[in-house]
Amino acid sequence: MRISISYIIIFFCAFANTVNAQIDPTLLKRVTKDTTKTLNMDAIYNRPTLNINKTPIAIGGYLETNWQHLTTDGISEGHQFQARRLSIFMSSSISKRVKFLSELEFEDGGKEISIEFASVDVEFHPLANFRAGIIVNPIGSFNQNHDGPKWEFTDRPISATQMLPGTFSNVGAGLYGKKYHKNWMFGYEAYFSGNFDNSIIENTQNKTYLPAAKDNPERFEEINSGEPLFTGKMAVRNSKIGEIGLSYMGGIYNKFQDDGIIIDKKRRVNIFAIDFNTTLPKIKTFITAEWAWIKVDVPETYTQQFGNKQYGGFVDIVQPIVKGTILDWENATINVACRLEYVDWNVGKFKETGENMGEDLWSIVPALSFRPNSQTVIRLNYRLQKQRDILLNPPSVTDGFNLGISTYF
Amino acid sequence: MKKLILYVAFCTIAMSCETSYVDIPADDEVLDGTIEGLSNEELARFLSGDGAFTEVFTRNTGLGSTFVATSCISCHAGDGKGHPFTTLIRFGQADENGNTFLHLGGPQLQNRAMPGYTPEQIPFGATFSKFTPPANTGLGFLQYLTDADILAMADPNDLDGDGISGVPNWITIPSYINPESAVTQNGKYIGRFGKKAAAFSLLHQTVNAYNQDMGITSTFNPIDVYTNEEIDPEVTNVKVNDLVFYLKTLKAPIQRNQNDEEVIRGKNLFNQVNCVGCHKSNLTTGYSPISGLSFKSFSPYTDMLLHDMGSGLDDGYTEGIAKTSEWRTPPLWGLGLSTNSQGGQYFLMHDGRAHSIEEAIAMHGGESNNSKNAYNNLSQADKNAVLKFLKSL
Repeated sequence: MRISISYIIIFFCAFANTVNAQIDPTLLKRVTKDTTKTLNMDAIYNRPTLNINKTPIAIGGYLETNWQHLTTDGISEGHQFQARRLSIFMSSSISKRVKFLSELEFEDGGKEISIEFASVDVEFHPLANFRAGIIVNPIGSFNQNHDGPKWEFTDRPISATQMLPGTFSNVGAGLYGKKYHKNWMFGYEAYFSGNFDNSIIENTQNKTYLPAAKDNPERFEEINSGEPLFTGKMAVRNSKIGEIGLSYMGGIYNKFQDDGIIIDKKRRVNIFAIDFNTTLPKIKTFITAEWAWIKVDVPETYTQQFGNKQYGGFVDIVQPIVKGTILDWENATINVACRLEYVDWNVGKFKETGENMGEDLWSIVPALSFRPNSQTVIRLNYRLQKQRDILLNPPSVTDGFNLGISTYF
Repeated sequence: MKKLILYVAFCTIAMSCETSYVDIPADDEVLDGTIEGLSNEELARFLSGDGAFTEVFTRNTGLGSTFVATSCISCHAGDGKGHPFTTLIRFGQADENGNTFLHLGGPQLQNRAMPGYTPEQIPFGATFSKFTPPANTGLGFLQYLTDADILAMADPNDLDGDGISGVPNWITIPSYINPESAVTQNGKYIGRFGKKAAAFSLLHQTVNAYNQDMGITSTFNPIDVYTNEEIDPEVTNVKVNDLVFYLKTLKAPIQRNQNDEEVIRGKNLFNQVNCVGCHKSNLTTGYSPISGLSFKSFSPYTDMLLHDMGSGLDDGYTEGIAKTSEWRTPPLWGLGLSTNSQGGQYFLMHDGRAHSIEEAIAMHGGESNNSKNAYNNLSQADKNAVLKFLKSL
């Protein structure tokens, strides 16, 4: 059986070559982006794209696929091949100061198809740009900077996807802007948008679970509570120190009235996040981290299974160990990396015993990645994860490997 | 050559990828798992029932509107005993004449409610008792213990003079239950499951749990606990029956350290002080259509009978014909694994009031006084041996 792993690797390596080979340089021109003057909040708008001849349209996208073999408490579902997502983005400059950008995402081989992003930007001033459409709510850093090829890990951070709603997008509008001064850069975003709904505390996850709201397709048409969600972020970057971002998202999530009749009190969800990233000088170690706190107004008479406080986050450490020409790839890199993550979905104490509630998880994910170029990554990850139930019983332990490739195209 | 070396090195790393570096828990360290001898079809049905056991209900799938828990597994983590968080409250029956608070929401309190709804309160004047969820394992063996064997263990008039006079709880069964050849007395049948042995079978227990714990109606019991009106079934018959099959075919807990000298000594002392007078160890099932449960010996450490446990454990609430101080002997199998489902602590006795096995023994009264006193008279070393034996179960 182990021989089969070799074939998997051959498959991925061969595929990596194929991806590059199929780009026809006579039709498409790769647009190089200036990444020295960007913040996490720019990630969605600052991706490698291909210009089609001399049109004002740029297209691009990325693919993530992997093999995985995980075991939980000694039980494994065996080998899995997964096509996690294919994202296609398209942008165009309608005029010098009016731009359009969209991202269409196919997840799990097309099982889920969504417009993750589609907005029009109108620039009045560098510090006052109007944006409207389907926006990604800028909470934390991963929500905006989530493209697979940028990360050394196949799995997205658990805190950023199963506590915070990963790539949570809604219809909305707002302002954003940036200001540069020498080594400093400041940026902000502020939007009103579609909102969460009752599913965040009424779901089959059996815990307060903000990502449940992503399953509601009607959020692109109507707001469950009738009140918009506010999301705001400020970020500061010093090119020698790093970037720090502070973000907030909050609003009334529940359907408190129907047909003009009050059926419940207004209940808020508030989310605060802090994110940081830096590259250590000389040794070029890249560190990125995010931590978030969530507070949800859960009815006292409901079950404590659905907690009113959550927190969690992750830190990724990526260390390049070989840089240069590898196997004839110029500017290739081999990195070792490690992710540490923790989530507590139910912070608080049982009313019955006064003791702490569980529903928490931690994991450590060491990784080895090979980047034949800056836009493609082949990565081998090992995951060791422990998750406890609400009663703090002995944790279920998951471990295993995945090997995957992710690349822009 | 360099490429080949790198390629081989990468493959070598990847070839270790199928390995799990985490220890697999031994069979005797966990409660879940199947009885032996299930066919492939039966295993598939077990898995289907397992899915029903872990299903989390929401407003959209029928939860509530008032309820105790959102899923079976919420109360029986890892198929083990429950926690004060999921302890339920029954109220309204003060004697064997029946529950006089059924019109006010009895017999079970739904103490939680969906957003926008109000949970139940215990009505003024109603007596009540708290019930900590029991472990689910080995229930099929208890289901197929014959009525004759249960009755043979009863000694209502204490003819053997040991101070123990167990009796069955004779209960009225709902119309959806086919008692087949069960022994009957004045139209009532022997109850087996629940703290007061007020459920006739695992189907009875399961339908009650769906309805009273989660507010889920079925064709078996279509009455909504919130409105007290008949509504459409919120769970299918197939799902209910598969869940019952799952409960029947969960394995019995496996004793650990059976050959440990101290454990063997503890077992002998357990028998010597006559704990085994109620906590019977050697029982045999009758016929079962599931071959893995048919004519099998098992050691649950229960006699399935009601015993007067004294005033200390008399909450003033009862079910069936049991007196308020009478409780069904709880099986002791799996006792040593209780902490794995109770958040690392013990919550023993019917309402979790005992926080250790020693405390639980000390709370025994009534018919168990002689055994408790005999245990108390043991040396500390002997007591430790008994405790070690109990923890091995």
